[in-house]
Amino acid sequence: MPTDRPDHDRQSENSLWIACIARIRDDADEAAFAQIFGHFAPRVKGFLMKSGASAALAEECAQDVMATLWQKAHLFDPSRASAATWIFTIARNRRIDALRKARRPEPEDINWGPGETPDQSDVLALEQESARLAEAIAALPAKQKTLIEAAYFGDLSHSEIADKTGLPLGTIKSRIRLALDRLRHTMN
Amino acid sequence: MTHHIAHHLTDPLLMAYSAGTLPEAFSLTVAAHISLCDECRARLGAFDSIGGEILENGDVSQMAGGSMEAALAAAKCGAAAPVRPPSKAGILPAPLQDYVGGDLDAVGWRPVGMGVRQAILHTQGGATARLLHIKAGAAVPDHGHRGIELTLVLQGAFADAGGRFARGDIEIADEDLDHTPIADAGIDCICLAATDAPLRFRSWIPRLAQPFLRI
Repeated sequence: MPTDRPDHDRQSENSLWIACIARIRDDADEAAFAQIFGHFAPRVKGFLMKSGASAALAEECAQDVMATLWQKAHLFDPSRASAATWIFTIARNRRIDALRKARRPEPEDINWGPGETPDQSDVLALEQESARLAEAIAALPAKQKTLIEAAYFGDLSHSEIADKTGLPLGTIKSRIRLALDRLRHTMN
Repeated sequence: MTHHIAHHLTDPLLMAYSAGTLPEAFSLTVAAHISLCDECRARLGAFDSIGGEILENGDVSQMAGGSMEAALAAAKCGAAAPVRPPSKAGILPAPLQDYVGGDLDAVGWRPVGMGVRQAILHTQGGATARLLHIKAGAAVPDHGHRGIELTLVLQGAFADAGGRFARGDIEIADEDLDHTPIADAGIDCICLAATDAPLRFRSWIPRLAQPFLRI
């Protein structure tokens, strides 16, 4: 796993993807699409294969995921999720659809208020928090990291996750606080 | 802003929902709770960001030649995704309204006796979801569980050995809990309940009725 990238690289990478998605949204920019495709499509494919999809199915789904990114570019909010997180949620939903043929009920959207463009300081705070989370995950002992990955690849059921002790969930505490602050700030 | 919620989702449930591995009935219950609970919404955001990290740092598998052009063509021939309309206020949170086809007045209740009515929601994959309507002051027959039962309160409140549960609260009952939930007096209690195994009733009348009621 390439985990030796320093924080600021991760942040500037995310800023690049945010800019690509904005260009897709505003200008239907095909070069921006090619750029973000080059980075994420092989990762989505790898993720889906780890989740039990054949290479052919993973290829097809990865193309779908990237096409969905194009069509949903206007729904991406960089103050609520990093580009990687947003693309993960699209890939996960595609996997549920393809491998389990089930629906994915989603929580009600909240009204984020009149501000159409997200506050730049919120985007920055989220990027810093994501970089910190990446660092924390990278620093985990191999056994714990494998356990978390197994949960996300669909190799652990809910009760198996519940039975495993030592899931290092402390790493996400500050990420939660940030999101909660932001929710409260939005609603007030 | 959501009001005070005392009983929340567990980390394993949120992680499994984020990973996309819960049965549909449980996902529906989790989505309905998060619709009412800012704290769990924030926690879900953190679990999703773990997924983002795993995607970012995981295996890379080379795409076939021409795949970018194919994806671009597919993207451009579809329409932009619609913005989800703001949900209509109601007793049922939006994900539940999607299943019911409306708010409470669209629910097709069936009496199951003992002051309880239910409506089974159509979900796939090994767990069942139902809406329960419990008359104010009535008790649900004493029962235990083989698997897990998630109960989300949507209106009114009930109390059992696990405490008191009001709108937005979720009770997570496992094999160790035998309980007899009793609805508060005053207002009828409406809940969403999801189970991944049949309930075990203590007394023979509900046990006898079980196959017919599908509980």
